[in-house]
Amino acid sequence: MADVLVYVLHNGGAFNKNSLGAVSEAAARAAEIGGSAHAAVLGGEELTDELVGSLGAYGATKVFRAKGTAGLAAPVVDFLDAVIEQHGHRYAIFGGGLLGFEIGGGLAARRSAGLTSEVTEVKAEGGELVAHRPILGDSQISVSHYRGDLGIIIGRINAFEVRQSGSGAAEIVDVDVAYQDFSNAAELIIRGEQRGEAVDIEGANVLVAVGRGFGSAENLSLADALAGAFGGNTAVAATRAVVDAGWAAYASQIGQTGKTVAPKLYLAAGISGAIQHKVGMQSSENIVAINKDANAPIFEFSDLGIVGDLNKILPKLTDAIKAKKG
Amino acid sequence: MALKIAVLVKEVPDAAVQKKIDPATGRIDRSGEKNLNPYDTHAIECAVQLKEGTEVEVEEIIAVTMGPESAVRALHKAVSLGADRSIHLSDDALAGSDVQATGYALAKVLESESPDLVLLGQQSDDGESYTVGSVVADYLKAPSLSQVIKLDVVDGGLRLERQAEYGYDTLQIPFPAVVSVGDAINEPRYPSLKAIMGAKKKPLETKSATDAGIDTGMVGTEGSKVRCGDFHAPAAKAAGQIIEDEDTNETVEKIVAWLDERKLI
Ligand SMILES: Cc1cc2nc3c(=O)[nH]c(=O)nc-3n(C[C@H](O)[C@H](O)[C@H](O)COP(=O)(O)OP(=O)(O)OC[C@H]3O[C@@H](n4cnc5c(N)ncnc54)[C@H](O)[C@@H]3O)c2cc1C
Ligand SMILES: Nc1ncnc2c1ncn2[C@@H]1O[C@H](COP(=O)(O)O)[C@@H](O)[C@H]1O
Repeated sequence: MADVLVYVLHNGGAFNKNSLGAVSEAAARAAEIGGSAHAAVLGGEELTDELVGSLGAYGATKVFRAKGTAGLAAPVVDFLDAVIEQHGHRYAIFGGGLLGFEIGGGLAARRSAGLTSEVTEVKAEGGELVAHRPILGDSQISVSHYRGDLGIIIGRINAFEVRQSGSGAAEIVDVDVAYQDFSNAAELIIRGEQRGEAVDIEGANVLVAVGRGFGSAENLSLADALAGAFGGNTAVAATRAVVDAGWAAYASQIGQTGKTVAPKLYLAAGISGAIQHKVGMQSSENIVAINKDANAPIFEFSDLGIVGDLNKILPKLTDAIKAKKG
Repeated sequence: MALKIAVLVKEVPDAAVQKKIDPATGRIDRSGEKNLNPYDTHAIECAVQLKEGTEVEVEEIIAVTMGPESAVRALHKAVSLGADRSIHLSDDALAGSDVQATGYALAKVLESESPDLVLLGQQSDDGESYTVGSVVADYLKAPSLSQVIKLDVVDGGLRLERQAEYGYDTLQIPFPAVVSVGDAINEPRYPSLKAIMGAKKKPLETKSATDAGIDTGMVGTEGSKVRCGDFHAPAAKAAGQIIEDEDTNETVEKIVAWLDERKLI
């Protein structure tokens, strides 16, 4: 048997897009190795038969459902461990995201399994699945081959396309999980707090993206002024470093745990171009970056790169754009 | 309550060195300049701030690494940044361990120390698996969280904040716990010259796999469940244009012309 199990994350009665992508991917790959794709969901009353069954549309033939606190990794590890123990899944796939790392790591320990993070492509080879992952700043691809009973694949964010391939509703199997003491030791006091005001960066044509290189919250006024000069449908977006520091709103964050954007113009200043940022903006039509470090990774995926100090360049650029627009 | 804290640290190729794969072994070529994983300095700083603070008494901070002989330098650095002593797990049998095997081996070392809190960095600069903390925690049967950017001792446990997929989460977990910290949690200090000089005099224990009670069938290349290979270059993207800013007026003119050509203004 070569079945593939996918953990599906959800919040507020909706499934996570990356998890749905993982279900689609699992369905396509399982078919190539003679197996089926199964999904696993954990939560409370919000997981109705209708909602859970709808995973069938993405290619899951069966969905395992357990009661527990959504948003924590450890209960899911107990749950997946029990399901795999009973059904002998050959692979477990996670869409991108934080919980994927935490659950995937826990499950690897629990079942002595091999694990690959940041997978961008899964392929079937000789009845087995192999995982392609970029390494060393995306300069090389490494291919993981698995030994043992279970192989764990943690996708990079947006790596797996959401595809509706299945027919009808999936069969639902309720599972009673015997949780370990430590698995429910963490108490989730607040989940998903939206810090800062609501801003729409997904609908903008032009994004001025700000990074830690600005040095302070006050200095972000340089970016606001530039966005103002572009006018129209322009917004200021940020990296997680800037959001964690409290300089910008969470809603303005691009990247792995933020938004995925694809504006006509993405203009970054003071951003290094970490993988977790890149995955949220690499589909932008035109990428311009200003950074004082000529070796910053962002220059490797910019269409126009300017090696220089944003404090010198932005004010003049703002004036020049204003002048150009007349 | 007096806390015993263990910080897991790793030696990685220096950021300034071009990292490559050794095609013969399929492992990262570690011949260049090396350094303490920069993300781990945030974990050490977190431990030191707990020790200096008044929220809780910290009995000691132990830096732990698994790696080849040269990895002692990462331990010296960790001690110069504030760890009280260190443990070096080093054995040929461990070479080539994958994430699961590495987490298992580190958990065996930690078991013998029974720390109340294990701290890690958010990622290793070379392995970048983001998962060693979760593997270690499951072997230790301890609650665990990653990406933590705020940590306080509250009600005899830890009150933590971190950004997850839907926004910021606030959580409470009891000791013993395993926590991977995000790089926004603090600004690591630089070691003083005195601390650098004194680092080699602090206790350092070297352990073999057998010393640590590790089942050598579960580690190393043979014991690992993932084999990496078939290295190849990704589809290349056409290189962009680069402008070095010398005369800012001229630079700005070029940027505006570039944007204008593409009808972006
Ligand atoms: C699980 C996980 C999820 C994550 N999710 C996200 C996410 O969703 N989004 C995200 O953005 N990150 C995310 N990160 C964090 C990511 O790894 C980086 O830490 C972050 O993107 C760095 O932000 P930055 O570029 O602003 O800061 P830095 O990496 O510190 O870069 C600052 C840059 O500014 C430049 N600079 C400094 N001064 C100047 C100046 N005067 N002029 C010009 N340039 C200057 C520097 O050369 C440097 O390159 C995540 C990490 C993890 C582990
Ligand atoms: N060989 C090792 N020895 C000690 N700690 C490690 C080792 N590898 C990884 N770690 C710890 O695990 C964290 C995450 O690493 P990784 O999962 O490889 O991205 C690092 O920041 C370190 O704190």
